[in-house]
Amino acid sequence: MGLLLTPPMLWLGVAYLGALGALLVTSLWSQNDFTGEIERIWTLDNFRSLLTVDVYRTITFRTLMVAAVVTVVDAVLAFPIALYMAKVASRRAQRLLVIAVLMPLWASYLVKAYAWRGMFSADGPIAWIAQPFGLDTPGYGLFATTVTLAYLWLPYMILPVFAGIERVPDSLFEASADLGAGSWQTLRRVVIPMAFPAIVAGSIFTFSLTMGDYIAVKIVGGTTQMLGNVVYDNQGAANNLPFAAAVATIPIVVMLGYLAAARRTGALENL
Amino acid sequence: MAETAISLRGLSKHFGTVRAVDDLDLDIADGEFFSMLGPSGSGKTTVLRLIAGFEEPTGGTITLGDEDVTDRPAFARDVNTVFQDYAIFPHMSVLENVEYGLRVKKVGRAERRKRAEEALETVRLGEYGARRPHQLSGGQRQRVALARALVNRPKVLLLDEPLGALDLKLRREMQIELKAIQREVGITFVFVTHDQEEALTMSDRIAVFNEGRIEQLAAPVELYERPASAFVAGFVGTSNLIAGEAARQVVGQEGAFVIRPEKVRLEAAAPAPSSEVCVAPGVVREVVYLGALTSTVVALDAGPTVTVTHPNTDTTIDAALERRDQRVVLTWRREHLVSLGSPDPATSPEEETA
Ligand SMILES: Nc1ncnc2c1ncn2[C@@H]1O[C@H](COP(=O)(O)OP(=O)(O)OP(=O)(O)O)[C@@H](O)[C@H]1O
Ligand SMILES: [Mg+2]
Repeated sequence: MGLLLTPPMLWLGVAYLGALGALLVTSLWSQNDFTGEIERIWTLDNFRSLLTVDVYRTITFRTLMVAAVVTVVDAVLAFPIALYMAKVASRRAQRLLVIAVLMPLWASYLVKAYAWRGMFSADGPIAWIAQPFGLDTPGYGLFATTVTLAYLWLPYMILPVFAGIERVPDSLFEASADLGAGSWQTLRRVVIPMAFPAIVAGSIFTFSLTMGDYIAVKIVGGTTQMLGNVVYDNQGAANNLPFAAAVATIPIVVMLGYLAAARRTGALENL
Repeated sequence: MAETAISLRGLSKHFGTVRAVDDLDLDIADGEFFSMLGPSGSGKTTVLRLIAGFEEPTGGTITLGDEDVTDRPAFARDVNTVFQDYAIFPHMSVLENVEYGLRVKKVGRAERRKRAEEALETVRLGEYGARRPHQLSGGQRQRVALARALVNRPKVLLLDEPLGALDLKLRREMQIELKAIQREVGITFVFVTHDQEEALTMSDRIAVFNEGRIEQLAAPVELYERPASAFVAGFVGTSNLIAGEAARQVVGQEGAFVIRPEKVRLEAAAPAPSSEVCVAPGVVREVVYLGALTSTVVALDAGPTVTVTHPNTDTTIDAALERRDQRVVLTWRREHLVSLGSPDPATSPEEETA
């Protein structure tokens, strides 16, 4: 037993937590402004500038907002779809729908992001549809980023919610109707409360994936910056690994807080 | 008879080629404890689900009181169900579960609370309101389901094998409590079970189902003493079937007859012949000790095997066991024989304990 567990525990300990630890350590070093060399001197400078420089505060706040909006949009879209899949559709239709939900996950992330770039372009479908109403495409920016991310992460919300609703026994629906509740009341008093932990479970995916994303923003975000970009730019162009590491700890801290809150709803049993 | 609570006319439910309920006519009186008894798959649950509104009938009508509810959805029917698996909402406390029906009907908070607590009191769970369902035993859950239904004061309560999951002792207790509650609140109970003893002890009337139809509808005593068919005789209690050649020899008549084991006497020698008594010699094949009773299986010379039971009063079990392989004479009063008319061998169950 111990032997069997050793390799995975080693993997978890060295590769997984080790990398995280290295990240934290790196974030406490600094970069020499002239040579660009990393100086292995302990300092909290990186975190200080994160908290004091306005740009970073704005970007952090923006990233959290986008993550929150994407999560809410996905939850609102996913719930009726999952409910239909779990309790209305026939077994055959259910299987087809699960495949339909999974299908986008098989396509390349980049292809999907570029597809949305096309959608939002000046002569794309959105502009074409909006034109008769005297409107134009919102173009690349925060809105397009939010829509694209909501699209990309929707399956990660649908699947846990679907599993959560499917676990609600049919007899509870019948008991609710039997006691005089119409469909709406049953939804509000039985289905949503019982599916709530599953929704929180799905939101862990949508929230964390959005917070870490930098590609979609690059493709449809125009000049918009999110935390992911800051990390990417700092370790890429600027090669300031310590600062990039410091930025990267923000999503980690936020997610730890999020997980702690989610745990109280019992959502972690739904993953 | 009192007013009619439920009236089913020509009610059918087909699932593909399966006729789960087949052209059923049935009237259940107000305040009656009505049981549906029958083997697995005979359509009892389907009848209940049709009355509750969870299934749409293939044909026929359902009337509750004097309203035709055939086309009404479940939530608009004045009946409540105690589900076989209890269907208690796991995310609500016991009290919230019981309040549910009142809450969706917008009954005020104070009144709701009061009635829910009363209902919990009725099922002797007054102290358990704050508990979560998973903290309850099976019997307690069953009583929560009962309270949740009773609190709405429905005209009719439908119970689908509510005691099925309980152990024997708790089952006996709950049978007595259920009956007492029914007397107390005076609502019509439609009770599904496949335990014939349960049906016999609790019901005002019993319908025995077989393949989507009612084989016999009668009060318990009549059902037991005057079964209308070999199926009913076999399903309700133990019965001995005497038919064909054996009937000619032992009863002296054509036809099929049923005699209950407790009505048969075991004697060492044939008594003086009499027109009131049937006499049938045979050999003891098996003696089974059942606690309060001893059951003796006798192979008659005339052919059939007959089970005889008698209370363990004075004779010791050793004496009974010594009779194995001995020749004996069975006697019973002719008036205890139940004639089934012409026998239908296809449906005659073997001597069967349901
Ligand atoms: N949803 C369904 N789809 C297809 N067939 C069904 C369905 N529900 C019931 N049946 C069939 O209808 C018949 C009657 O079933 P029902 O559940 O009413 O039996 P029951 O008398 O309650 O049996 P049990 O004592 O086992 O609960 C059975 O043959 C069953 O297979
Ligand atoms: Mg059943």
